[in-house]
Amino acid sequence: MALAETVLTKGAGLKKPEDLTLLHEVAEATAGVSHLEMCIQCGTCGGSCPSAADMDHTPRALFAMLRAGMREEVLRSNTPWICVSCYHCVVRCPQEVHIADVMYTLKGMAIKAKKYTDSKPPDFSQTFVGMVETFGRSFELGLASRFYLTHQPLRLPGMAGMGWGMLTKKRMNILPTRIKNMEQLTAILEKAKTLELSS
Amino acid sequence: MSENTPKQDKPKVGVYVCHCGSNIAGMVDVEAVRDWAREHLAEDGVVISRDYKFMCSSLGQELIEKDIKELGLERVVVAACSPHLHEKTFRTASERAGLNPYLTELVSIREQVSWVHTDKAIATEKSKALLAGTVHRVAYNTELEPLKVPINPNTLVVGGGIAGIQAALEIANAGFHVYLVEREPSIGGHMAQFDKTFPTLDCSACILTPRMVEAGTHPNITLLTWSEVMSVSGYVGNFNVTIKKRARYVNEELCTGCGICVEKCPQKVIDDVYEAGLGYRKVIYTPFAQAVPKYPVLDRPNCTYFKNGKCKACEKFCPTNAIDFTQEDEYLNVEVGNIILATGYDLFDARKVTNYGYGRLPNVFTSLEFERLSNAAGPTGGEITLRDGKTKPQTVGIIHCVGSRDKNFNNYCSSICCMQSLKFAHLVKERTGADVYEFYIDMRTPMKAYDEFYQRVLDEGTLFVRGKVAEVTNAAHGPHEKGKLIIQVEDTLVGKQRRIPVDMVILSVGMEPRHDAKQTGQLFGISCSSDGWYIERHPKLDPVTTMTEGILIAGCASGPKDIPASVAQGAAAAARVLDKILQKEVELEPIRATVNEEKCSGCRICNNLCPFNAISFIDDLAVTRINPALCQGCGTCVAACPAGAISGTGFSNEQIFAQIDGLLMGV
Amino acid sequence: MNKYLFYPGCSMEGSARAYYESIKAIQGPLAMELEEIDDWNCCGATEYLSINLIPAYSLIARNLALAAKQVNGANSVMAPCSACYLNLEKADHYMAERPALGEKVNEALAAGGLHYDPGSVQIRHLVDVIINDIGLEAVKTKVVRPLTGLRVAPYLGCMVPRPDYAKRWSDHEHPSELDDLMKALGAEVIEFPMKTACCGGHMTQIGPETAYELIRRLVAEAEEFQADIMVTMCPMCQMNLDAYQGETNRHFGTNYHMPIVFFTQLMAVAFGIDPRQAGFGLELVSAKDALARIGLKAPQPEKAAPPRKKPEGLPMPKPLPKKYASGQEVVMEE
Repeated sequence: MALAETVLTKGAGLKKPEDLTLLHEVAEATAGVSHLEMCIQCGTCGGSCPSAADMDHTPRALFAMLRAGMREEVLRSNTPWICVSCYHCVVRCPQEVHIADVMYTLKGMAIKAKKYTDSKPPDFSQTFVGMVETFGRSFELGLASRFYLTHQPLRLPGMAGMGWGMLTKKRMNILPTRIKNMEQLTAILEKAKTLELSS
Repeated sequence: MSENTPKQDKPKVGVYVCHCGSNIAGMVDVEAVRDWAREHLAEDGVVISRDYKFMCSSLGQELIEKDIKELGLERVVVAACSPHLHEKTFRTASERAGLNPYLTELVSIREQVSWVHTDKAIATEKSKALLAGTVHRVAYNTELEPLKVPINPNTLVVGGGIAGIQAALEIANAGFHVYLVEREPSIGGHMAQFDKTFPTLDCSACILTPRMVEAGTHPNITLLTWSEVMSVSGYVGNFNVTIKKRARYVNEELCTGCGICVEKCPQKVIDDVYEAGLGYRKVIYTPFAQAVPKYPVLDRPNCTYFKNGKCKACEKFCPTNAIDFTQEDEYLNVEVGNIILATGYDLFDARKVTNYGYGRLPNVFTSLEFERLSNAAGPTGGEITLRDGKTKPQTVGIIHCVGSRDKNFNNYCSSICCMQSLKFAHLVKERTGADVYEFYIDMRTPMKAYDEFYQRVLDEGTLFVRGKVAEVTNAAHGPHEKGKLIIQVEDTLVGKQRRIPVDMVILSVGMEPRHDAKQTGQLFGISCSSDGWYIERHPKLDPVTTMTEGILIAGCASGPKDIPASVAQGAAAAARVLDKILQKEVELEPIRATVNEEKCSGCRICNNLCPFNAISFIDDLAVTRINPALCQGCGTCVAACPAGAISGTGFSNEQIFAQIDGLLMGV
Repeated sequence: MNKYLFYPGCSMEGSARAYYESIKAIQGPLAMELEEIDDWNCCGATEYLSINLIPAYSLIARNLALAAKQVNGANSVMAPCSACYLNLEKADHYMAERPALGEKVNEALAAGGLHYDPGSVQIRHLVDVIINDIGLEAVKTKVVRPLTGLRVAPYLGCMVPRPDYAKRWSDHEHPSELDDLMKALGAEVIEFPMKTACCGGHMTQIGPETAYELIRRLVAEAEEFQADIMVTMCPMCQMNLDAYQGETNRHFGTNYHMPIVFFTQLMAVAFGIDPRQAGFGLELVSAKDALARIGLKAPQPEKAAPPRKKPEGLPMPKPLPKKYASGQEVVMEE
């Protein structure tokens, strides 16, 4: 039994039955019709990506890993977090795969499974979202201070000049703006969190 | 198996239910259908009902023949596979036994029942209903004779590329006359523009021009270049075609092809056609040195004389007075029996792929532009240079699949670009010694000696990168990239994005149907697929005929293919034409519509509905008439006639109502 | 009078204040009536989509629902911010393309008493509106101080020309709309090959090294082509290239000084409005030098424009005729 287990865990994917359907699962959870199954691995996405050099796997490689059921590796990858949503890949993809939206799905899955390796990006998003869920609008000063103090305190002195410039030119508000009907938005978001997208 | 006495007024029907092994018997209770027919259809004329494992076999057919002779059957209904497969088999069997073949019908209980249902009970009931329908209908079938029309032994070949030339030569060599119509001033097509051909690296012109000369001098070929088909009427064996022979402004009887007029012409324009926009030609010109025929052509819109009355240098210098500015377009009417369309292809417009920079970045070239660069008779005398016409490239990038296999442009694969790109890599290396990179998604090298050619190019040192190029740009990321074209691509086999600086980029652009293919098709009554290519009768088994009798297609007009395939199709189309010509007559299916002229009120509603142009209006009688040779029996006019004056043999009102009654018997 | 429902986006009142000021300044001359969507909320930028799909689209859809209710004589929502524009466009498009998404989003909206049928409002970007509704001819008539001698690099950013599901732009990679708009103001527009390259978006916060490289490429390219000033239509691009240019310079040891302002600011100045009212002075990389070049009677360029190469050698293919979404032919000027 133990031998069979080790043999299984050495190969790519196929560790659990749901690994076989990983590609389909991600396609379903993506907004719109993602066409993810149509990927012919041509590499246009990886070739177009302006930040590909910083990714541990190119977008194309990530999709190949999805096909191979490599759930763990995909969710641990830094690729979706480095995606800048520039949509070069989307308009060039010969199979019309909604690559950028698949990246959003993978980010959400990584957060749910707590599998990301660098916590900065998910924390940034969650802090931003926290502001929006409180005020209905984004609040840059709040976001910046909370985020930088937690994650990049050493960067703050270097940014002092810029921060001062933004404040004195009134390009950054000291106080947050609130929308009028916050209860309505809260109700909508609370309900939305209970819903899941499936076929 | 048993016999019953039929009702007096119904003809005697024999029913044969086929097992088709387990294809039908696996889903339909064949014995039950047989027994049911014997019992419940006896009053509709069924005197014998049999089943058999394989009705299409000789033994199966013999069953039918024996029953016709011994039982005096007047109708035969076989419940088996689709009529597309074996209708002819059973009709011929009936004919052998002395029964008119059109009194035999085939009901599909395979394609329409056993292959599409999963419930045996439902499948059996449906088979009974379908069988009943046809048994009821067949009582109203009449004896029909196929129409025989004579075949005019002349043939029209439209398009003087390699496929058209091949077809024309085959027919002409067999002793029959061919009209070869070509839109450009010379025959030769795209093949005349290439430098070398894969995989043999034969010089394209060297292998093409002997054929061109043969076609140009053959006693059985009337060459009509600088000409276009204007209209087509008639039907297989008897087409009447009007051809416009455009004015060359050169008298072909007097012209010797000396070329002085071309030399002396002071006006140069960009040659968009033959030189792919990369070179110039004169206003009076022959497209290339080996043009057939040798007579030049005058490009009227650009001619100084026609624009403002001056010049006439060509006329002044012509030693035989062959220039004739008063020449007019000529219209010819020819009668032919068959038409072969070999109109070829156009190239995908690379300007549409803005991320490759063609049209914006000077040193991005298309495949055809490269052929002209590489060709010794081209604008640079065969020197492979950058857009400045002088500098040799030190690094060249060749990109596959431009505009092909891409849902943003054309979804299909253009078939020849992989081989073409390999050929380019070889030529660049041979002529310039440059470093060559080739960017591909897959390597498609299936035919004879193709994969070996790939290995040869690998051996020569071309560097292959598996990745569809994302962009070609001049935006440098650093000083090492300045002044170069950067190819940004993911090297998928390595899994990393690469930026490769090159001097020259060659785009292997895909093939597209001719941009006026649809209009041309309409002239001849054939259709195009959703991609725009002409549709063959059967994609596997009948690649050179169309659904319109007498119109054939060959070469790239029906889809991207290489030269050997185009030649083979040209020859195949010629063979089909010759078999028709040699039969002297063609037999047409008698399933057609006819107009009952007494009932026709002359309303003409049907006149414009016919997709086969078979309907015409007889003015002095004020009735509509249908040409039985063109009519394909589609039934559109039958349905449209408000007076019910049109009926179809093979689909009369009685037959249809009877079939409906039979189908609904169990309801 | 062209009337639009206005979706400003959170940055309008903060980091993109110059955009807001200049839009208000040119509204009158362009005869553009803007009615702000009542009680609009944040679109979630690229952040909420990374967390949870249905809440993210519901957040966006609340704005669409409010806009649909507010429609009175104008059913177009105009969003000047690229991220907001894209989010609204995507929500509308995907809710139609994938009915299951539409159902779930509407289920969430119902909890707040709202509903949105995809397609109920048109979503437009300001540049699209100016080119296709107002028209360049109308813009030209309002120019009193042509920007002669000013070399402008048009920078559209990525999220508006792509993915462009509603097909409003002439091209995904090299659209001519912003170029033509700047030319209509009399400016000299450089052929900027990176006009739709990405600025890095939020990478300046979460992955600065990646962002600095992307910013450097853009600024370096603009300097390479000797642009005096870059114009953009996206608040994020403006902030990244402006506010973070200093950090970028420090990171690479470079000394770029490329001012970047919103295109509406140049429009305002060309219309004769005082630069300070057009939001000038709010940028961190000062545009003073660039401004000094406008309005001179006989401009004496300090940097010589790069010499135009006379065409020689083999002929180039003619450019494809391009059309704007409204059907007008793009004017090809030399």
